[in-house]
Amino acid sequence: MRENKSRELKDKTMSVRQAVSQFIHDGDFIASGGFGHVRVSMPIIYEIVRQKKRNLAMAGKTAVHDLDILVGAGCVNKVEVAYSFGHELRGLSPASRRMVETGQCKVIAETSNAAYQWRFLAGMMGLPFVPSRNLLATDTGSYSSCKVVKDPFSGKPINLIPAAYPDSAFIHVHRCDIYGNAQIDSTVVEDVELARCARRLILTTEEIVDDELIRREPWKTKIPFFVVDAVVEVPYGSHPCEMPGMYYYDEELIAEWLKLSRTQQGVDSYLQKYVLGVDTFEEYLELCGGIKKINYLKRREFLKEPMIAPWRKEA
Amino acid sequence: MPITGVTQGKYSLREYLAFIGASVLEDKKSVLVGTGLPMIASMLAQKTHAPNLLIMFEAGGVGPLLPELPVSVGESTTYYKGVSASSMHEVMSLCQAGYADYAFLGAAQVDMYGNINTTVIGPHDSPRVRLPGSGGANDAASFAHRLITIIANQSQKTFVDTVDFVTTPGYLRGPGAREKAGLASGSGPYRVITQLGIFDFEEATKKLRLLSLHPGVRIEEVRENSKFDIIITDKAETSAEPAVEHLRILREEIDPAGVILGK
Repeated sequence: MRENKSRELKDKTMSVRQAVSQFIHDGDFIASGGFGHVRVSMPIIYEIVRQKKRNLAMAGKTAVHDLDILVGAGCVNKVEVAYSFGHELRGLSPASRRMVETGQCKVIAETSNAAYQWRFLAGMMGLPFVPSRNLLATDTGSYSSCKVVKDPFSGKPINLIPAAYPDSAFIHVHRCDIYGNAQIDSTVVEDVELARCARRLILTTEEIVDDELIRREPWKTKIPFFVVDAVVEVPYGSHPCEMPGMYYYDEELIAEWLKLSRTQQGVDSYLQKYVLGVDTFEEYLELCGGIKKINYLKRREFLKEPMIAPWRKEA
Repeated sequence: MPITGVTQGKYSLREYLAFIGASVLEDKKSVLVGTGLPMIASMLAQKTHAPNLLIMFEAGGVGPLLPELPVSVGESTTYYKGVSASSMHEVMSLCQAGYADYAFLGAAQVDMYGNINTTVIGPHDSPRVRLPGSGGANDAASFAHRLITIIANQSQKTFVDTVDFVTTPGYLRGPGAREKAGLASGSGPYRVITQLGIFDFEEATKKLRLLSLHPGVRIEEVRENSKFDIIITDKAETSAEPAVEHLRILREEIDPAGVILGK
């Protein structure tokens, strides 16, 4: 029984500080929602750094900027990798790569994006594993937590992907009510599964809306309240990552991170400036360019500004 | 010798590779697309000879009419005017169930059977270079009917006897190996595209074979830039050249910021 998950409709709103101190502990296996630089709960990432959480293991389920910062800050030292240590088109991650290549961060297993997502699916379904035909006969498979067995029906080899139950997960959504009923106006990637398999779940949201609005269109609810433990309202909370339909990546800040994170000294100064040196997310946004920058990122999301790639020079 | 058109300054190597990548894709087929050149090639195909190319992204974007080059396979442009903004479970399930005609991927290392490494250079537990890992590549190559791989720097370091890590399955150890491993019969690597030519795989041996040589490239260069023996027959043709319109679309519509093509 999921006894820790209340079926009662109760107000779960709280501060970022409280959510992280209450629901994320040293040594936890954590998972961040969204995909890559898209729809990421950055307030939680920054707060984990502020509260100096240690020995965290993280799901590298195409975890890029979030993971890079947490590895660089010394919070995460174990990763199960589907896709990590890179920033897609922007190039490889200097900080987390350095930590892996010097042995300070361990890759505890390899896997693939689909396999990670199906680990969450098995967890969501309450099953020990789901069968699949990926990871077969490759080193990715050998270094994974999966097992290949004989399919009892066809006699052919089939891969069994074990369920994952992250200790804590955090997902950024477009809107939810105070109980945690959440809507996501974009691809959900694997957040439907992750939300339901995680032992503890923090939602950060662009806005908190009236429960009435959720109940008017219940088919839009992607995450129901009874799997949610905390709700934190943080407008622009995915910055510098994208929030689909709202604002684009802040390529300038991502480029600054990619440049500075080439040395540990640079990592420390970036974190001091943007994370440790600010008290609130609003203060951090001001530091990144405030309302002027936000308005630009909104226009950019709707393709009303040209693409820029400042990190190209830093590659 | 580099590609003639590149030497003459008509187009860059990456523009040429994007054109070649596009030319391999057929209209009215589906393709699961990875980051980088595969995206540009698929967009170019959709904007030219393959308007009904069904583009799919692992994070959930299905059937977009891509307005510009996405930086990530998960961002909102990956379902711009799309038919569906779904989930990874949806797209990966569709692919596993047989809806992906092609998968189109990049690679760091490839061997004669088309097996791909994007995980580590050196030993896994003390890597010389740590790369991002499979991402959706192992899935894409396991599920799709035909795998297209693009590798812009064919050399003895990237065309190797044994990849340091088999991230993603090609024909594994040869004929019948995929089927024996439990992968769908008849699936596997279809084309490999490099700065020197286009390659396919010989039916009987499943080994890499030169299909066409880019204009200006010599056969010896193909041999010299590989640790393994590439099958070379007298049937190898010369690869096609882009028209002015292809280049205009690449430069003005797809990647005006030069994110990939400017490198």
